[in-house]
Amino acid sequence: MSQPMGESISIEERFEAFVAEENRVEPKHWMPDAYRKTLVRQISQHAHSEVVGMLPEANWISRAPSLRSKLILLAKVQDEAGHGLYLYSAAETLGTPREKMIDDLLTGKAKYSSIFNYPTLTWADMGAVGWLVDGAAIANQVMLCRTSYGPYSRAMVRICKEESFHQRQGFEIMMNLSKGTKGQKEMAQDALNRWWWPSVMMFGPSDDNSPNSAQSMRWRIKRKSNDELRQEYIDKTVKQAEYLGLTIPDKDLKWNEDTGHYDFGEIDWTEFFDVIAGNGPCNAERIAARQKAHNDGAWVRDAASAYAKKQSRRKKLEEETQDSAA
Amino acid sequence: MKNETSKPWPLWEVFVRSKNGLAHKHAGSLHASDQEMALKNARDVYTRRSEGVSIWVVLSSSVIASSPDDKEPLFAPSDDKAYRHPTFYDIPDDVGHM
Ligand SMILES: [Fe+2]
Ligand SMILES: [Fe+2]
Repeated sequence: MSQPMGESISIEERFEAFVAEENRVEPKHWMPDAYRKTLVRQISQHAHSEVVGMLPEANWISRAPSLRSKLILLAKVQDEAGHGLYLYSAAETLGTPREKMIDDLLTGKAKYSSIFNYPTLTWADMGAVGWLVDGAAIANQVMLCRTSYGPYSRAMVRICKEESFHQRQGFEIMMNLSKGTKGQKEMAQDALNRWWWPSVMMFGPSDDNSPNSAQSMRWRIKRKSNDELRQEYIDKTVKQAEYLGLTIPDKDLKWNEDTGHYDFGEIDWTEFFDVIAGNGPCNAERIAARQKAHNDGAWVRDAASAYAKKQSRRKKLEEETQDSAA
Repeated sequence: MKNETSKPWPLWEVFVRSKNGLAHKHAGSLHASDQEMALKNARDVYTRRSEGVSIWVVLSSSVIASSPDDKEPLFAPSDDKAYRHPTFYDIPDDVGHM
């Protein structure tokens, strides 16, 4: 910290200067309690989103239309499991045990991305989810590669390397369907219609309605505001939809010569907050699926623990007999 | 809902050698009940795209780390030892590359 050490500078101010100079914070560094808390909440929510995010796609693994698409979908879903694990590990470095985070998810105390509370009704949804949902996640995650907390940033770098395949395989599904029969193209359009607005909402409330945003920016946890990320995402995605020959379901969407960006219609934030509050189409189903997986797996975890205990006891015994024989 | 008797699995640090000739590098951490499972999980979690040719797993509790507060006493003393670096010495260009 190259800040003058005058007595007027508090430890909090030194910390803010430290991150402002683009230094990375590591687990053993001093950090404000609120910084730690914000990170634990954000990283664990992010981890939960990866884990719950497996469910809508897992729904189609057994019904993928070809062996090729099944292998791809399996690999993608497995990646999301990995992303959840990287992120839980990163959150744990802040001192919160894994079981506590999992417990918060299973009891409904913790949140996860509201997008995963929507159902995946057709195969085209696998295309739309990869293209739009992973696309939005990537925009956010690319920014987070430069987040101020070292373990979070490193997890993000690893995740971003894996994500681009997710978006591309989704876009490929959309390409095939939109170039297919009339029925297939309609299916692709229907998926876009249903996933567009929830994807746009993934960036969170508007800046003026997002109270923690400013502090997160000051701490360099976030590097861009929700609205900035959303605008970049829309600008990029419009062109892709045009390529597919599909129509984005927003009649107010149009290019603005002056701003150099697309203008877009009003976002229905009541829907967003309603889904977050637990009233989305699949909230209960998602949590029930997680609880079932956790409970059904309990005996496996216990058996593995018992086996490990037995093995280490046996090893100790062997060492003792060897010692006394020597 | 939670099985109160089950104790959480310990945490392991994972190190991956990306290819022969390079050192193992810290990749992240994971939970596993024993060393065998730690290796298998490390394989699944950290090397799904042939990121490695060799893995080490170490119980996180076995890692002894220096504290950031020790940064000064541990690392500052080398700051004033410029003579440990080649650029400290002026060798005329005529001598050629050295
Ligand atoms: Fe992911
Ligand atoms: Fe993904």
